[in-house]
This record gives sequence, structure tokens and C-alpha cells, in this order.
Amino acid sequence: MMSTELDSLYQDIILDHAKRRLNAGLREPFEAEVHHVNPTCGDEVTLRLHLDGNVVRDISYDNQGCSISSASASVMTELLIGKTVAETQPIQDAFLEMMRGKGQVEPDEDVLEDAIAFAGAAKLTARIKCALLSWMAFQDALVRAQEDSHA
Amino acid sequence: MTTTQLAGLLPELEVIRADFPILGRSVAGGLPLVYLDSANTSQKPQVVIDTMVDHLERHNANVARAMHTLGAEATEAFEEGRDRVAAFINAPSRDEVIFTKNASEALNLVANTLAWARGTLAISEGDVVVTTEMEHHSNIVPWQLLTERTGATLKWFGITDDGRLDLSNIDELITERTKVVTLTWVSNMLGTINPVAEIARRAHEVGAIVVLDASQAAPQLPVDVVASGADVVVFTGHKVVGPTGIGVLWGKRELLEQLPPFLGGGEMIETVRMERSTYAGIPHKFEAGTPPIVEAVGLGAAVEYLSHIGMDAIHRHEQTITAYALEGLATVPGLKVLGPLDAAERGGAISFELDGVHPHDIAQVLDSRGIAVRAGHHCAKPAHARFGVQSSTRMSSYLYTTPAEIDALVEGLEYTRSYFKLG
Repeated sequence: MMSTELDSLYQDIILDHAKRRLNAGLREPFEAEVHHVNPTCGDEVTLRLHLDGNVVRDISYDNQGCSISSASASVMTELLIGKTVAETQPIQDAFLEMMRGKGQVEPDEDVLEDAIAFAGAAKLTARIKCALLSWMAFQDALVRAQEDSHA
Repeated sequence: MTTTQLAGLLPELEVIRADFPILGRSVAGGLPLVYLDSANTSQKPQVVIDTMVDHLERHNANVARAMHTLGAEATEAFEEGRDRVAAFINAPSRDEVIFTKNASEALNLVANTLAWARGTLAISEGDVVVTTEMEHHSNIVPWQLLTERTGATLKWFGITDDGRLDLSNIDELITERTKVVTLTWVSNMLGTINPVAEIARRAHEVGAIVVLDASQAAPQLPVDVVASGADVVVFTGHKVVGPTGIGVLWGKRELLEQLPPFLGGGEMIETVRMERSTYAGIPHKFEAGTPPIVEAVGLGAAVEYLSHIGMDAIHRHEQTITAYALEGLATVPGLKVLGPLDAAERGGAISFELDGVHPHDIAQVLDSRGIAVRAGHHCAKPAHARFGVQSSTRMSSYLYTTPAEIDALVEGLEYTRSYFKLG
């Protein structure tokens, strides 16, 4: 990988989010708490979801991981907090499609906003899981929170 | 002083490097490869590659079954691999050398057959198995499974702050109830070389079996299995410039003969009737099914290659490079080495932390400069947890590593710091 590719991976948006880590820390109240790990590298995230009716009122998290996984959690929470569950779906779908697209998927900035910065990570097999860790945790938490509310 | 004149390096290092074709390739858009991940897997010399290709091109057949010329040649080549490995580890008998898939399988073989053993080897409730906090997961999990299945208790040696085994409570760990003591010879994370003979002596006083994981030792140290003091020694082929897919289990004959079979199948039998079978003698008793034939042939060539250069000389080279690396790493601001800082007391794997940069990000930036290191927990999560870290970056050298490559690593780490704006 040449340094231009290095720069396409570590875009300023990513380095900035990795440093600021928006919405980090675990907060109450929450309906679901999940713990996800990336077994190959040991990265971990504990994520809490607070739903208010069908609105994602809060996503709080505590993570240990590289700049890609930290930035991803930060970007995701910024994108999804305040949206209805239905509104989060196309964003989740678009992010997954981009990350699994081997760098061939042209991301839609209107949907993904800052998250388009992870298009560089999508080209690197070893880093895709880093970017997806918190998104997978959110999906899991959403399923659990909704199960509980129907129980 | 030019770095290539360090005393203790292998003479004709450039000639040795030329034996490894992969070291001649470029990566990262034209940069020379700086391969510092040999504790993960070693590169392969041309002689190993050629020997395996020649075997497949000219001698391929199944072993010990085929009654034809190729079958005889393949069997001879396969068994010659065993002879060469036996000589490499100074085993009293070639029959004590068992081929497995890798070191993990070898450790699982011992742990499983002990779980099934009856009589004096039987392990039951109240018995104790001792491992260490420093182990690779493959020398922890099989013993967790064994103790869960038998009702025995798993205990372990801790690690001191400077990365050595904490032997202060050895009398509490090794008692009359201790049946197995298992440990790594050289740590894959901390690089520590453990006092195997001393621990083995204590274990034998109470009649415990000593299992030694030599996965990181066999590539770097002269190995004499009897002198090690262990009853079982395991290592993997791909870290001693051999191929993947083959590991070695050496065990004392009396123990191997007492243990029940591991996998059932072809080759491991004496005779089979529908009611009951009888088993082959060692080593075949533990080698069910078609074995890794070309891998054994390649491993034989690999250990022959290392012996030709000399394990004493390779060990000296490793120590020299390790000392040089420790010196260089100490100049990087915010860098902390995990494990002993004296090169004479450690192997060639050096794990470290760099303040403010996650190991993944370090490895990524180094990769952009053609430098291959490992980032993560190196399959040693408990040892990382002991030092309060989740992961680390690890450089590991081998007989082909040059001081210039260490210089490249140190420069790469400086660049990493500036890339992430750490001053």
C-alpha cells in the first residue's frame, strides 16, 4: 500500500472522529446492552441503546480498538441518534453495502454523510471488521430492544 | 560503526537471504519487503520449496500402503523426514517422533489422550493440571477442556512485572495432586525464555508429566528433548522454515506407549475386527489416516537446512538482532517493550506499545512502508490482560533478518508517530 492509499484510509474525518469519539461513555437509561468483539484482533465494544417509542434516543458505548473502529462508532452514533428506527434502516444498509463492496460501491453522501470516509477501509480486507464492529453491535442491540418491548 | 558489522550476526547473511526467494520481492508499490513476522510464520528457503516440488513431481504416492515403486519412494521420503526431525531434536528414538497437523493438534493430542487414560495416567476430580499465564491459547484451551471433562482443577503460574514466570508459589502449584505441568519454552508474546529444567525437576518430584510447547524455541534454540527435562515436546513445522500443515510431537516412549490412541482410522491399527481392534506401535498409533506426506518431506529439508547453518549460530544471530532491536526501539518516544529487556534472556519476538497509536494503526502504517509486523493479541490474551493491555504490536526476527531491517522498523515507527501527529 502506498502512502496515498494510506491517506485514503486515514482521512481527516476518520482521524478527527477517532480523537473526539462523539457520544462515547456508557449512559442510562437503556433497553439493550450488547458486547461485541473482533476475535481476530481483540477489539471490543460495549454498546447501549435507548429507544423512546420508535425513536433512537441514545446510543452510548465504551470501546477498545483502533482508530478505524473508534471513528466508526463515533460516526455511527452521530448519524443514528435522534432518527426513528425506520429511518436508521437505509443508513445501516448503505453502510453495510459499502463496506462489503470491496471498494467498488460508490457511497451516497446524502445517506451516509461522514460515514463515506470509510470507503477507503472497505478496500482493505483486514480493516472491514474494524469499521463494522459497532454497526453490528447496534443491529444486535436493536433486535434485542425490540424483542423486549414486544415481550 | 556500520550496522552490518555487528558481532554475532550470521556470516554471509546476504548468501542466506538469497536462499529465501520471497525476500527478493517488493511490496507497497516497489519497496523492499522487510519481513518482521517470523514468530507468526517463517519464510521458506529454496531448498524446502524445491524438495517439496520434486517430491510431488517425481515421487508422489500414498505411504505405507502402495506396493509399487512410487509408494516405496514416498514412504522412504516420508520416514526420512521423521529421521531428520529426530536428529534435529536429538530424540533417543525416531519412533518417539509423531507427525501432527500443527503444535495445537499435538497439544490437543496429549490433553485428549490423558483425558481418556486409565490407570496411573488417569486424571480425575481433585487432580491438578498446571499451565502458565504466558501461554499461547493453544496451551491453555486444551487443558481447560481436559479439566472440565475430568473434574480436575486448572491452575497456573502468573507473570512478574518484568515478564518472567512467577515461581514464588511453585510449592502451592506443584503438589502430590499435580498430574500435568505444561508450559512454553519461549513466550510468543514476551519473548521470555523459561527455566524449563528447573520446573520439570520439581514436577517430576511429584510424579507429574511435563509438557513443553517449543513452538517459539525450536526455531531459535538448539533443542535436545531429553536435556530439556520434559516428557513431551511439541512444535510446528512452519516456524522452522518448513511448510504449514505439519507439527511435531516428541514424547518419551514409555509415556506414548501408555497413552490410548487419539484419532482412529487407517494406519494406526494392527488389526481390525468388527468387535474390536488392536493398535499399531508408536509412532503410527497416533497417525491415523494419510499423513501430511509432502509436508514431512519439506520439514525434513527445513531442519536439515537449519542444522547445516547451525542452531548455535542461529541463536547467536537472533540474540544479536534482538539486542540491536531493543536498543533501537528504546529510542522511539512513548514506546514500551512488554517483556524482559535483556536480549540474552529472551527470544526474538518483541511486543511493544506505542503511546497514542493503536497496534492496528501502527501495523497499517508500517505496511505502507513494506514492513510486516503483527498487531493484536498474538493468541495470548491472558498475557496481555496481565499487563493491562488489549493488544500489542510485535516484531519478530529470524536467521535472515538484518540490522538494516531493524533500522527500517525504527524509522517506520518514527514516521507512524508523525503520521498520527504525536510530535
